[in-house]
Amino acid sequence: MSWKRLLPPVVLLLVWQGLSASGVIPAYKLPSPAAVADGLLDLIRTGMPPGHRLHVHIYYSVQRVLWGYALALLAAIPLGIFMGWSRTIRNLIEPLVEMIRPIPPLAWIPLAILWFGIGGKSAAFIIFLGAFFPILLNTISGVRSIDPVLIEAARVLNAGRRFIFLKVLVPGSVPSILTGMRIGIGIGWMTLVAAEFTGVKQGYGLGYMIMTARDIQRSDEIIAGMVVIGLIGLGIDACLRLAEQHLVKWR
Amino acid sequence: MALSLEISGLKKVYPGAAPEDNVQVFDRIDCIVEKGQFLTIVGPSGCGKTTLLRMIAGLEEITSGEIRLNGEHLNGCNEKVGMVFQEYALFPWRKLLPNIEIGLEIKGVPAKERRAEAMKYVGAFGLEGFENKYPKELSGGMKQRVAIARTLIANPQIVLMDEPFGSLDSQTRNTMQNFLLKIWAERKDTILFVTHNVDEAVYLSDRIAVLSPRPTKILRVFDVNLDRPRDRTSRETNRIRREILELLEHSEQYPCQ
Repeated sequence: MSWKRLLPPVVLLLVWQGLSASGVIPAYKLPSPAAVADGLLDLIRTGMPPGHRLHVHIYYSVQRVLWGYALALLAAIPLGIFMGWSRTIRNLIEPLVEMIRPIPPLAWIPLAILWFGIGGKSAAFIIFLGAFFPILLNTISGVRSIDPVLIEAARVLNAGRRFIFLKVLVPGSVPSILTGMRIGIGIGWMTLVAAEFTGVKQGYGLGYMIMTARDIQRSDEIIAGMVVIGLIGLGIDACLRLAEQHLVKWR
Repeated sequence: MALSLEISGLKKVYPGAAPEDNVQVFDRIDCIVEKGQFLTIVGPSGCGKTTLLRMIAGLEEITSGEIRLNGEHLNGCNEKVGMVFQEYALFPWRKLLPNIEIGLEIKGVPAKERRAEAMKYVGAFGLEGFENKYPKELSGGMKQRVAIARTLIANPQIVLMDEPFGSLDSQTRNTMQNFLLKIWAERKDTILFVTHNVDEAVYLSDRIAVLSPRPTKILRVFDVNLDRPRDRTSRETNRIRREILELLEHSEQYPCQ
């Protein structure tokens, strides 16, 4: 990465620090970058609430995301391949999908709490809903984008349905599935925090951590928490990008 | 010579919304290909050359009539029928070797055996050094050689080729024609070849069937009794070319119905 790309964020931080230090922006509304850094150190060392340290919050949040995400993958990819392959299945299930998809995942929170209680399971369920649809839709379009002549080539070589499914449809839709996976994890990670705002009332979780900081007006720790969430999201996306480059070399 | 492919009374109708909207593709096709013969079908575009191959390959329903291969009634896809597509139809996520092997993989041949078998084709088809390349890294001529190898490795009893050299430049096209003739001379496969290029048909084939516009039937079958290797510009070659071209032109002007 060239230094030029780092320039805008560095300038922003310097201006922000200057405005804060000169008192133009009151600290209770927006603490200075230096104060946010201190807040981050506090989160790492003492934790919020005290004793609940940052790395444990991260561990719980990531675990919830991975559970919800893994379930979304397991459900959406096979279903998407079947829906992409068979018009009958697609026509059967598509109306249902189109009815449920516009409901924002967060609107499910009350129902999730009713079903799974307050806590990690509810959060994982919300993440599942957030990740499921982008993965499903991308998988469907991935299968449908496979050149039909490839399926015919396999049929002419006397391939059965199983072979066509596993060796033509699955690999052929991998690029699209990976796109769906990247969008899915992004949405999953975004919904996590909101799900934890309301779905987690004690224990651990980055969303819960931020809400606790708000309760005692620690805006430095709120921003530090936001930065951590952003960085982890960036890291997850980078990992998937790497996987993408590795898996679709043939493109 | 023994009969390989027998097509008798073949009809194809695409049903429309009402009976009068039906599209009749084939009026009635009768055709015989002998074992080891190279038969080429030429015809005006849209006359259903590809449809005919697809029906033999089992990719397209037959409205009526029958197709028999070595005496057996053909119905649906069958490992005895191989097909080479114009657009190569290589699996882009498979490297060259696994692309050649795929037919053996479908048959359940163990990995080691099929790799060894595919390597023979890599050698014979001049693909050495490209075994681990993806299709996107290969030239058009190479892709088509891979596609031909993939078809032949399964040892089909008849090889259908749908304008296999149609998207190649003329230089590569000539090279590939010679290459195909060399392979064919060694293996003596039965080949049913489709092209709209009359020069190509005359250069390659034992026999040439000329189709009419829709509703399609076979106008005439030419026997090409020229010695091989053939001269692309000899008087005899030109004579046959002219006859076929005249027939095609005539049929375009005065369609059968």
